[in-house]
Amino acid sequence: MKLSAIVVDSSDNVATALHELQMGESITVEVGNNKREVILTESITKGFKFALQNINQGQSVIKYGEVIGLATKVIVRGEKVHIHNVEGQKGRGDKL
Amino acid sequence: MKFMGFRRKSGKIGIRNHVLVFPTVICASVIAQKISREVPEVVYVTHQHGCGHLGEEKKHMMRAMTGFCSNPNIAGVLLVGLGCELITPELMMVELKKSGQRVESVSIQELGGTINAVKKGVELVLKILDEAASVRRETADISELIVGTHCGGSDTMSGLSANPALGVACDSLIEKGGTVILSETPELLGTEHILKRRAVSEEVGRRILDIAKAAEARINAMGVDIRGTEPSPGNIAGGLTTLEEKALGAIRKGGTTSIKEVIDYAQKPSQKGLIIMDGPAHDVISNIGMIASGAQLIVFTTGRGTPVGSPVAPVIKVSSNSRLYNCMQDNIDINAGTILDGYETIQSVGEKIFHEMIEVSSGKETLAETLGHCEFAIHPIGPTV
Repeated sequence: MKLSAIVVDSSDNVATALHELQMGESITVEVGNNKREVILTESITKGFKFALQNINQGQSVIKYGEVIGLATKVIVRGEKVHIHNVEGQKGRGDKL
Repeated sequence: MKFMGFRRKSGKIGIRNHVLVFPTVICASVIAQKISREVPEVVYVTHQHGCGHLGEEKKHMMRAMTGFCSNPNIAGVLLVGLGCELITPELMMVELKKSGQRVESVSIQELGGTINAVKKGVELVLKILDEAASVRRETADISELIVGTHCGGSDTMSGLSANPALGVACDSLIEKGGTVILSETPELLGTEHILKRRAVSEEVGRRILDIAKAAEARINAMGVDIRGTEPSPGNIAGGLTTLEEKALGAIRKGGTTSIKEVIDYAQKPSQKGLIIMDGPAHDVISNIGMIASGAQLIVFTTGRGTPVGSPVAPVIKVSSNSRLYNCMQDNIDINAGTILDGYETIQSVGEKIFHEMIEVSSGKETLAETLGHCEFAIHPIGPTV
């Protein structure tokens, strides 16, 4: 079956679009061995991420099973996840 | 799990049976090339080093050069020296003999010029070739393999296709007792806290933070703030959001196992499993450092495409997207772009890469080998005097 989006780790709360996805489209993603369906609240360009679940402001955005940043506002399931609503939290090397 | 390799006197196993002509100094480079032209079965390299190195860099260069020449893919080495250089064949021979490597040398000043040095060099190299020809492949366990990983000319999707697929292959090799080298320290920045957590001991964890800090300091010294400039505008336009995300995509190529050791550039690992080599992200310099550390094989992921190979170790090239695969088919061994096309999974392409690692180790030629790619460069760390 041809996939529309990819989820790297079963604990991820985002998926990455593999081609242009339309607002309102229902996307089936494979999360580990399970399949999940997400209805997109906006169109997603290839290579961009969308939320698999609601993510509260300040909550971790997870990809590769690791925190890639924190949500700067509420992100709803199916919404695009990018620099407008996520901020990297990687501090300076000297603050580790 | 087994493959077929060449057993060396050192006990190590090679996956190729090369005879190498190696200049210990830039001044001997053309003579090394001339010898190789007379005897096309040998491989040779040229480089700009061997003289003008200070203190620590001299040690570093010695380690890189002897490490490279003692790689088990090499059946024997002819060293070509000038005579007055800092790193002489005599110095290198002491180290190489300790490693059990078959080695001969010529010195240009001693032999009296280009013509005599080439003549003597050809004589010696024919002798080494003759001996090398009698070595046959024998059964070896894949736990004896050291595979170096590299990503070069990445695109924003490399972290979702070629890199995690290579990671699956690396996890598989490590599970069977083998060793994988992950390098490119600047590319790790943003994930050092994650790698530290994966370290096998506190000391290894501390070393990971140390090499990351040192790499960042070197970048800062050039007037660049990597944390303020990464991911680049091009990365962001391609969908990458944070430095952590970009770096996670890079480190994924080494797989997901614990970090057993951190080694210096060209240093031999003392552990098996996943090893981090502190080295630059420069494609050729990184490959040569891992080969000098003992890697018999390199797997190289790329999103933009590159022809790069190496003089003594096969390089398996994995493309992260099908567009690249279709436009550079003579350079790309495996296409991981099928993951992005939605037709294959990270797992299935990972298994394909693992299978290719074993095939290539047993003698299957990579495209970079077929095309004669033999790029070579060593990491300079100090000022030249």
